[in-house]
Amino acid sequence: MDVIEQELEELETAFQAKVDAEQRIEPKDWMPAKYRQTLIRQMSQHAHSEVVGMLPEGNWLTRAPSLKRKAILMAKIQDEGGHGLYLYSATETLGTSRDEMFEQLHSGKAKYSSIFNYPTLSWADIGAIGWVVDGAAIVNQIALCRCSYGPYARAMIRICKEESFHQRQGYEIMMTMAQGTKEQREMAQDALNRWWWPTLMMFGPNDANSANSAQSMKWKIKRQSNDDLRQKFIDATVPQAEFLKLTIPDDKLAWNDERGHYDFGEIDWDEFKSVVKGNGLCNRERLQARIEAHDGGKWVRDAALAYAAKQKTRNAKAA
Amino acid sequence: MSNETKNEHPLYEVFIRSKNGLDHKHVGSLHASDAEMALTNARDVYTRRSEGVSIWVVKSTDIVASSPEDRGSFYEPSDDKLYRHPTFFELPDEVGHM
Repeated sequence: MDVIEQELEELETAFQAKVDAEQRIEPKDWMPAKYRQTLIRQMSQHAHSEVVGMLPEGNWLTRAPSLKRKAILMAKIQDEGGHGLYLYSATETLGTSRDEMFEQLHSGKAKYSSIFNYPTLSWADIGAIGWVVDGAAIVNQIALCRCSYGPYARAMIRICKEESFHQRQGYEIMMTMAQGTKEQREMAQDALNRWWWPTLMMFGPNDANSANSAQSMKWKIKRQSNDDLRQKFIDATVPQAEFLKLTIPDDKLAWNDERGHYDFGEIDWDEFKSVVKGNGLCNRERLQARIEAHDGGKWVRDAALAYAAKQKTRNAKAA
Repeated sequence: MSNETKNEHPLYEVFIRSKNGLDHKHVGSLHASDAEMALTNARDVYTRRSEGVSIWVVKSTDIVASSPEDRGSFYEPSDDKLYRHPTFFELPDEVGHM
């Protein structure tokens, strides 16, 4: 073993010891290249998900049933944009740039959560998204609040605080519709039927098939396995659905006394893979909207820079 | 690592005082064309729920930071001066709390 290799191994051992001792890793600390890469990939894709996540909801902004609902939805969407920014900012501490991350999103190289490639067909979808999609996101994100990378964990704490409003506003929409007319109840049920399975897919492949999980757990980037988090979400959500008198679209769903958890049916992993590959109902539309928004905003960014430059020259002359 | 920032607005670090009497605390960063835009963006991004009464923004490139690698030697001058801590001095119980 040569000197450099030995040094690297010592650094890695010290790094793992630090992680095991529950010490947080901060931007300027030494970290294995793979740890950095894993975080850049995971955090930027998380940021992209927040940003793309604004699009399905934006679809209902102009058609919200009341001014109150519209203002609330606007605030929620603004939060998602903010969450994207927290996460981009945290990712930049790892040495990647915002431009690079945008480029990867727009070129299709980076993924975002597949859930946003499903369409929002009725107002009840906004309720279902807040209740189950954001509910699932919260379960995932609470686990990430204790991630070993300091900036990521801190961003997650801020996000979790705000996410709770999102879930409650969604549940309230569902509650209103579930207690409404027959048509409204049907809309609520239909929304739950369409969002339930894609929501369960948000937790990722089963543990046995999750390639990167073991290393991420060892590095404490991940704290709980995909299947554990999925189970946690289901256990929490079933009683909420019962209260709404809505039916979760899974005939295998049943309480298992022995396990102390709900049993549930098999997820359609072919659908999952196909949407991840880009063949979901809205993949192209989402990416297109995102690229157009970015390109369309270019003149604003350019003008702001030109203005800043002009002010600088003016101030220099005046001084 | 890449420092490519050809089209990017400069990066600003954001510090927020959550209420009078407390220190400003680092909360994150954002891109803006100038300091004024950085302030208003910071307000929109980091204080949507009255999290702050005062905001500082500082260009990230203007921050000078110590490096973790020389943590040992950098802080060494304080390591061998245990007498700076009150616990260094043993007082008899009869003296009571001091």
